[in-house]
Amino acid sequence: MSFVHKKGLTLFDYVNYSLLGLISILSIFPFIYVFSVSLTDPDTYIPFKFYLFPHDFSLASYKYILSTNSFLNSLKSTVFVTVVGTALNLVFTFTLAYALTKKHVVGRNFMLGCVIFTLLFNAGIVPNYLLVKEMGLLNSYWSLILTSLTNAWTLIVVKSFMDALPEELEDAARIDGCNDLTVFLRVVLPLSMPAIATFTLFFAVTHWNTYFNALIYLTDAKKWTLQVLVKTLVIDSESSGIAAAGSAEDKMIPQETIRMAAVVVAMLPILVVYPFLQKYFAKGVMLGSIKG
Amino acid sequence: MKYPTEASSASALPGRASHTASGRLWKRIVKGKYIYLLAMPGFLFLLLFKFVPMWGLLLAFQNYSPFKGILGSQWVGLKHFADLMGDANFYRMLRNTLLINLFGLVFYFPLPVFLALMVNEVRHELFKKINQSLVYMPHFLSWVIIASMTFFILSTDIGIVNKLLNTFGLTPIPFLTQSSYFWGLITAQTIWKEAGWGTIIFLAAIAGVDPQRYEAAVVDGASRFRQIWHITLPAIRPTIVVLLILRLGHMADVGFEQVLLMMNPLVREVGEVFDTYAYTQGILRGQFSIGVTVGLFKGVVGLVFVVTANYIVKKLGYEGIY
Repeated sequence: MSFVHKKGLTLFDYVNYSLLGLISILSIFPFIYVFSVSLTDPDTYIPFKFYLFPHDFSLASYKYILSTNSFLNSLKSTVFVTVVGTALNLVFTFTLAYALTKKHVVGRNFMLGCVIFTLLFNAGIVPNYLLVKEMGLLNSYWSLILTSLTNAWTLIVVKSFMDALPEELEDAARIDGCNDLTVFLRVVLPLSMPAIATFTLFFAVTHWNTYFNALIYLTDAKKWTLQVLVKTLVIDSESSGIAAAGSAEDKMIPQETIRMAAVVVAMLPILVVYPFLQKYFAKGVMLGSIKG
Repeated sequence: MKYPTEASSASALPGRASHTASGRLWKRIVKGKYIYLLAMPGFLFLLLFKFVPMWGLLLAFQNYSPFKGILGSQWVGLKHFADLMGDANFYRMLRNTLLINLFGLVFYFPLPVFLALMVNEVRHELFKKINQSLVYMPHFLSWVIIASMTFFILSTDIGIVNKLLNTFGLTPIPFLTQSSYFWGLITAQTIWKEAGWGTIIFLAAIAGVDPQRYEAAVVDGASRFRQIWHITLPAIRPTIVVLLILRLGHMADVGFEQVLLMMNPLVREVGEVFDTYAYTQGILRGQFSIGVTVGLFKGVVGLVFVVTANYIVKKLGYEGIY
């Protein structure tokens, strides 16, 4: 019964490989389909035909969406929120996380308690909305940035990462005359580069993908971010298509190739950084074992 | 051990008791000045954006009018909660929340375990790598993208499935607008987005198994299935148990963006959950007090569930979430 040592594949392997192959195909099929249609010439595209590869290769749909002001504006504002938001996320998260590693500072337990409390309980959609409104942040991109400067889960993960750093390095720096601030900047931050890389990606993806906050805080359609615009373009025009089939409004409904091109643009940055996401995040999940 | 040495030895030595207790405390606070400086931005953020809104929870106990403000609005006690309990909508939301979670528990939860066991049996490293790269990918996409793709695949007028049915002369299936499909649809989306990614935590647990145990099992004549059953599965059992309990702790939560994106008037009956209701009533219709009441109810129930789940996990000797 030593067949497992042989190079040959058993029936078990054939079934296993086939099923996994099928699952892989199911995972990427929607991507391939959306790419193919978005790259098909909108003029020769036949709505009731099945495309797996671009039919008449054309970038016309991309040229079209990238020439519309609403799309370009949303792209610009999404990039702004992502870049500024991520930079501020890193500052707010790593400074507080480091402070939380200092068990013997007066008030540290209180601060950690506050952090954990926000992990468990949130005031809810309406109170958060009212605060943003009271602060006059509605229709400002700062509403998206300021309401998510850091979060409990990330703070706790970064804190446990810093807890695991060798303490001797910090002690040595202190003997050399460093204070808490310079230890943080010159010792802890350089040692935290893997965590910084991981969370830069994490924050950037989160900002890029944010939908609900943008939906409620940006009520002016001119201010919409990419996700809100894509949702309106794809899903709302689809629903209105059900209601208004045959009406004059039909001309306003963007063609499938254009809608799919919009979806591709909205997910392209994620796909570009995906190799890095996969590399860092597989480890990041394991960082998730949180200690108090 | 930087801070404790001085503070704890000072309190331990009676000879240095000339310092007053408050004096010692003040010394420790001054010593930590840079730490407070570092903590300040993040902590002020938490206070302003996480704790100040708690003030808004008071709206649940008043007939809030934006013109009168919190202090000027009429107090009504538990009226909104009583109204909520008497509302048919409430039981609908409760049912939808529980059933969407139950669907996830039955149809989604076991899949990452199976998938991890299957991936673990693959000896061909390149195949394994490609497979993982492909199945992890959807995890990083936004719900807007996932919902858009769902429309491209399942909608009646542009969905590829209905195009195929049409080609074969079959009647289109209204996957997105018929309420009987809704819970299944939500579960299918979750499976497509998360099942692959969910394997990582199990694969990590499996990676810790000593390969000699498999070799010994082979010598004893164990088949592949018996190896999985007796070696691999026991290795990931603690992970399964912890994830299951934590998931039960989140029974009050439903993927809110996901449900909101798939919602339309034809499926509201089966799709409405607490968060979507708080959003439509509280923000779209401006009934702030009702929105806050629903949110507060959900928040408190969720808090009790999560704390209980975490307590059980710790009681069983595993590491909790906090």
